[in-house]
Amino acid sequence: MNMDMLLSLDYPLTRLVIGLLGIFAFVGLNGLILVWVERKVAGHCQYRPGPLHVGPHGLLQPLVDAVKLMGKQLVAPARCDRVLFWTAPLLAFAPVTICLLPLPYGPSLSPIPMNLGLVLILAFSGLGVLSLILAGWGSNNKYGLLGAARAVAQSVAYEVPLLLSVMAVALTAGSLDLYTISAQQGGWPWQWYGVKNPLAFFIFLICAVAETNRAPFDLPEAESELTAGFHTEYSGMGFGLFFLAEYANMIVVSGVAAALFLGGWQGPFLPGVWWFLVKIYCVLFFIIWLRWTYPRVRFDQLLNLSWKWLTPLALIDLALTVVVAGLGG
Amino acid sequence: MSQLSQLIEEAYTGLKSLVIGLGVTGKALCEPGVTVIYPKEEVDNLATFRGHVELIGKDDDPAVARCVACGACAKACPSNCISVLCPVPVKEGEADTGKLGPAPQKGSKTPAQFIVDYSLCSLCGQCARACPVDSLRFCHDAYTVAFDRKAFQFELVSRLRQQAEQALEGGEE
Ligand code: SF4
Ligand code: SF4
Repeated sequence: MNMDMLLSLDYPLTRLVIGLLGIFAFVGLNGLILVWVERKVAGHCQYRPGPLHVGPHGLLQPLVDAVKLMGKQLVAPARCDRVLFWTAPLLAFAPVTICLLPLPYGPSLSPIPMNLGLVLILAFSGLGVLSLILAGWGSNNKYGLLGAARAVAQSVAYEVPLLLSVMAVALTAGSLDLYTISAQQGGWPWQWYGVKNPLAFFIFLICAVAETNRAPFDLPEAESELTAGFHTEYSGMGFGLFFLAEYANMIVVSGVAAALFLGGWQGPFLPGVWWFLVKIYCVLFFIIWLRWTYPRVRFDQLLNLSWKWLTPLALIDLALTVVVAGLGG
Repeated sequence: MSQLSQLIEEAYTGLKSLVIGLGVTGKALCEPGVTVIYPKEEVDNLATFRGHVELIGKDDDPAVARCVACGACAKACPSNCISVLCPVPVKEGEADTGKLGPAPQKGSKTPAQFIVDYSLCSLCGQCARACPVDSLRFCHDAYTVAFDRKAFQFELVSRLRQQAEQALEGGEE
């Protein structure tokens, strides 16, 4: 092995390191942007301007928030399980970065292209729930524990229709590689799988919001009932990592939505990466908009929606897809 | 079968309401905000603002309150924040010490002091309603701030006098 090989992008390890660095930069930057957008959208939805005073239109507000978070003391509660307590935020963050690696950001820009990308994302996103359980269990706090319990029930409930809706697309495309699936669609909306199979897209969107623990499905957190749920006991960057993971998770689901249902990087005029980013941010904006529109659902409503509605609908959709694919093939 | 159609109808109305909700916030998203950024802007339309209560002056002499020191407002106030004080009548053979006592006091027709503790007031308006001569109203002062709770105890008789003097000066200019 010589230096040239190490420096070439075709060498997997080099590619991994560069990809991870890029992803970290993207996640950090995106966190800053989304914090600002979230607060602005929240403000405007409620007829007020949102952050205004730090920087022009409050643009520097997220930076100040970040400094505040980093400056805070890290405290662990008495008699907590220290190992679990501190593993949880790291475990919340780490899998998300891995999930971002196989996304096809552009026609020739994917940190780690692999033919099982979709499976990798689904598998690793499941790890996020584990971190919530550890956080809730490890912090020796009944609110945290309740939050963790709710997180498990919710995640298990929504993983099923999510998988089924994704499977419908994977079946149509005949591939589990996000790059291939994106490439099969065209630049125009009527060529997208989201338009060809709107039911699957709809189910995927709802499940995506639920899986990222965003309002109206933010029951593990539920600050009005559980003070802050699983992360009640976390201060400073302990909380900061959960926070960043939530936003990074949102990019993952938006990225998967863009690749599977919205034609990925394809689109007229602009280079691919830009289209991909535009689509991701449209989905993100929609998710944020949802949060500031709907009140939180009750837990039984949440489970009802998943088991009584989404799962059967996803099954029907999958069956129809198989029939159509069978007829077509 | 009817159950199925009922379910579908339920889902349809539910989804419709969700879309309507998105429409409401979506519209708000595009419209300008209505909040006032306070220290930089101030609202001028304060006619409907309810500040603390204040005395109303007589028509012919705005420096003197209409109040007849009956004490009805103090009695009506559920939060006990009004004290109307009048001079206690001097008994025969005693020197006049200028002692004040709660209204009503024999012979007194004007309050010597009218103290309102705004920090207790719930702005319910019972005092103004109880007043037989319509001597109380809410002021329109929205910018009352202080660091000390005592600063919210207003003496309304002298306040009225000051206001009348200021109005007079303003009118002369
Ligand atoms: S408004 Fe109500 S609480 Fe305030 S002084 Fe009058 S009676 Fe008392
Ligand atoms: S009720 Fe009216 S007249 Fe009687 S003391 Fe109060 S303000 Fe004066």
